[in-house]
Amino acid sequence: MTLPLIGAPVDRVDGPAKVTGSATFTAEFLPEGLVYGEIVLSTVAKGTIKALNVRAAREAPGVLVVMTHENAPRVTGKPSEENENDPFLTLLQDDIVRFDRQPVAVVIAETLEQAKYAAILVTADYAPETAATDFDSAPVRMPDQFLGEDLQHTRGDPQRAFERAALQVKATYTTPVHHHNPMEAHATIAQWEGENLTVHDSTQFISGVRRRLAQVFRMSQDRVRVVCPFVGGGFGCKGTAWAHVALAAMAAKLAGRPVRIELSRAQMYGFVGFRPRTRQTISLGADRDGRVQAMMHDTLAQTAVHDDWIETSGLFSVGLYAVKNYRMSQRLAPLNTTRPTFTRAPGEATGSFALEQAMDELAYAAGIDPVELRMRNYAEKDPDNGKPFSSKSLRECYRTGAQRFGWNERTPQPRSMHRNGKLVGMGMATASYPAWRSDASAYMRMNADGTVLVQSGTQELGTGAYTVFTQLTAEILGISIERVTFQLGDTRFPRAPISAGSQTTAAVGNAVYLAAVKLRDRLRDRRDSGPIEVHANAEPADSEEDYSTHAYGAQFAQVEVDPDFGEVRLVKHTGVFGCGRVLNAKTARSQLIGGITWGIGMALMESTISDARIGRVMSANLVDYHVPVNADVPEIDVVLLEEVDKHVNPIGVKGIGEIGITGVAAAIANAVYHATGKRVRDLPITPERLLDIS
Amino acid sequence: MKPFAYARARNIEDAVGLLRDNPHAMCIAGGTTVVDLLKEGVFQPDLLVDVSRVAQDAIAVFDDRIEFGALARMNDVADHAQVAAAFPAVAQALAASASPQLRNMATIGGNLLQRTRCVYFRDLLTPCNKRVRGSGCSAIGGWNRQHAVLGTSDHCIAAHPSDLAVALVAFDAHVQIAGAGAARAVLLTDFYSEPGETPDVENTLAHDEVITGVVLPRSAAAGHSAYLKLRDRASFEFALVSVAAGLSIADGLIAHARIGLGGVATKPWRAYDAEGALIGQPANERTFKAAAEAALAGARGYGHNDFKIPLAQRAVERVLTSLVAPT
Repeated sequence: MTLPLIGAPVDRVDGPAKVTGSATFTAEFLPEGLVYGEIVLSTVAKGTIKALNVRAAREAPGVLVVMTHENAPRVTGKPSEENENDPFLTLLQDDIVRFDRQPVAVVIAETLEQAKYAAILVTADYAPETAATDFDSAPVRMPDQFLGEDLQHTRGDPQRAFERAALQVKATYTTPVHHHNPMEAHATIAQWEGENLTVHDSTQFISGVRRRLAQVFRMSQDRVRVVCPFVGGGFGCKGTAWAHVALAAMAAKLAGRPVRIELSRAQMYGFVGFRPRTRQTISLGADRDGRVQAMMHDTLAQTAVHDDWIETSGLFSVGLYAVKNYRMSQRLAPLNTTRPTFTRAPGEATGSFALEQAMDELAYAAGIDPVELRMRNYAEKDPDNGKPFSSKSLRECYRTGAQRFGWNERTPQPRSMHRNGKLVGMGMATASYPAWRSDASAYMRMNADGTVLVQSGTQELGTGAYTVFTQLTAEILGISIERVTFQLGDTRFPRAPISAGSQTTAAVGNAVYLAAVKLRDRLRDRRDSGPIEVHANAEPADSEEDYSTHAYGAQFAQVEVDPDFGEVRLVKHTGVFGCGRVLNAKTARSQLIGGITWGIGMALMESTISDARIGRVMSANLVDYHVPVNADVPEIDVVLLEEVDKHVNPIGVKGIGEIGITGVAAAIANAVYHATGKRVRDLPITPERLLDIS
Repeated sequence: MKPFAYARARNIEDAVGLLRDNPHAMCIAGGTTVVDLLKEGVFQPDLLVDVSRVAQDAIAVFDDRIEFGALARMNDVADHAQVAAAFPAVAQALAASASPQLRNMATIGGNLLQRTRCVYFRDLLTPCNKRVRGSGCSAIGGWNRQHAVLGTSDHCIAAHPSDLAVALVAFDAHVQIAGAGAARAVLLTDFYSEPGETPDVENTLAHDEVITGVVLPRSAAAGHSAYLKLRDRASFEFALVSVAAGLSIADGLIAHARIGLGGVATKPWRAYDAEGALIGQPANERTFKAAAEAALAGARGYGHNDFKIPLAQRAVERVLTSLVAPT
């Protein structure tokens, strides 16, 4: 298929609405009679509620009702067996406190200010119990599988091969807790009309919210409608319906009015997920030429005592290099926290930090250039299942990246490069993320005037979904973009998957493509001038199972380190990626820059601080949780290689949402080593970790 | 947020009167700190006295000093050419503070009175002697990476967050204060108090007094000064360590020296001992090293913040070195 306009850097079709403020985000909808809910959170990490003192709140101005475990509608917070990704929801069904900042009451009042004020009048008496708050001493669990992936996995005899290897690298790497911090706070507006529930929710998965609400209220999904035209960033923390979504619907039922709950920034560090802490040990055994004979990737990840979720760091390494003897193991340290969840490049962001720094350590042990080391271990087919890759441009990513970045200016010896009194370092790492497959469907109608309406129940996270699907439709039909209206974010539209796992463009794009082709064919055959309607459902073809499908890339970072202060500043970054077909060069580039910027934060500053004495997050704001500001982000050179993938799916898209962050923290850590001679294996790389370099 | 009344002061006398009449009143000017702390519930006033309309924002240049009104905005002072010329460290400290948006709102008086970023001070659920006297200090034995190593007590180790005040104490600034009695001026170093057993008392300002301005005397050391701020990211971040320093050199020996430290102390810190180690000495590496050691001589780490001691020493050395570096 030749599609000349596809890939063009078309401006966002929703751009004008966003910059003029007319794009309506969830909390901005104003159904008639709207009242406001404010969640009261627990202040102990484990225990039972002896008494909730709600009288003062009930008597406060404007308060309609205070919902607690004593008067909340009876619902179920337990997920069904088949939906492993659903968290257990704390919905005021019992007096048990499972983690700090767990919802324990909801105050519903006529105005937001009244609700917020009355909420501070609610006090609780707890019978506290000793909470598990220490990652290092938590009793460990061994999970077998998560979301269909084997987590304890061996091929060959890695231990024996490691022991026999001429070169051995074994090191332990740690990553701290991270929070997602999307610009838009979580928000839900719930409204009942008889037995029918309409919910506006800021979510990455409207169909998932509908399914979960139907389950919570034990009602048919037909009676639930979920609407979400815009999301102001999700990054994983809006991939599932957290407690506030159901609590808003419960509160609306109790109050007999539409209820809005919008979380505060501090509440977003409470019960809507996070990236759990990891401790990973990587063992690499190689021959003197740097060919890896054995690789072992052993991960300990934090989870919740009451509800497992698994940060699968080992999945990054399983198929990345041509290694015969391999082991991945996964253990869990359960703590009294809310459930961890997907965080941009779940598994891969943390896994790549460990593996790609270990590869750098091996490069030094072997005396081989880090790019060359990766070339020597290049996998021509998937080493774990023997399948061919649907496409793979990684070799070209290394070459193009090295050339654009100026890798050949690098002198390999640590501390050998200087500039303006600073130590200069260059580091690189491999980026990789799987191309997931999902069903998606779309509706398309061409009106008599030649305009086209497209609908699909997907989501716009700010990544450009409206734009690329408009572009794709216009391209296939041979009409201008102005004639196409693309609608999303309503469960009345045909079903689409979760906007996560870098799959929206691939899945929905295939549905839109099929619909457009169908409509074009109908147009060719038609005899009258009436509107034409088509439906399309795109399912992954069985033949796609014959291939191993991944996007790949190479990250190159240059840092300057102050030799006395240990301050690290990224001064240059190049990321080169092969992600299959790119629908819009501009939005794709933006998303990759965003991913790399996440990697800068991960490498140098992001960390959620908890006080283990009380099991409470103490950095629950954007002053104490550091994300990069503009001054931390140098110009980022992003290249998307031309890559034709005939196997991954009909439009040949592999996804770009997550790969941007993978490898970045390792590339920066490797650059820090090159600059200073100090290996920093614990994130973030803050000044105190480098004070011994002077 | 607890409900409160609001009154707009027409002038200083008006503000003082409103404060005097209500023991639970407090002032708001730019609001960049007060609104945050109202939302967190750390401040629970009955009455907010809005002083932002009081005409008190002039910057006046004299032969021997520069004066700025308490309501001058941080950026107004930072961008003032004569401030930058006569007090480079002050202008640099302001430019390194917060973000441009905050500096356009925040006032000089408010900056001097801003409260600590100690995470326990801001979380009502944890003990904090600064918030509730006698309740205990959670930072000792808790998360204390941001905390002070100088001027601490068993009751509080919270660091003072201001950049500006560090530069001001270094150069002998005075604050002008108005209240029910006669107006007074206090050396800024004496205005602030160490926590001791009463960390809730941070300065000598009485409840019914307001800061009206700052007087900054010119000096040779102030005119040859610099501010260095080390932090976790390149902008919009509080200091891990900051140093304001100025030197004047005559006949190859240091005649005058001024050193202020930030991020490491419970109040904007004047390092008199370090200054003593410099005066009369040749301006060389050895002298600077001795001064840096003297500056942190009494420092005590609390675990996560131990690194601040060597970091601050190195920062002092670096700034002093930069002041004598050939340009």
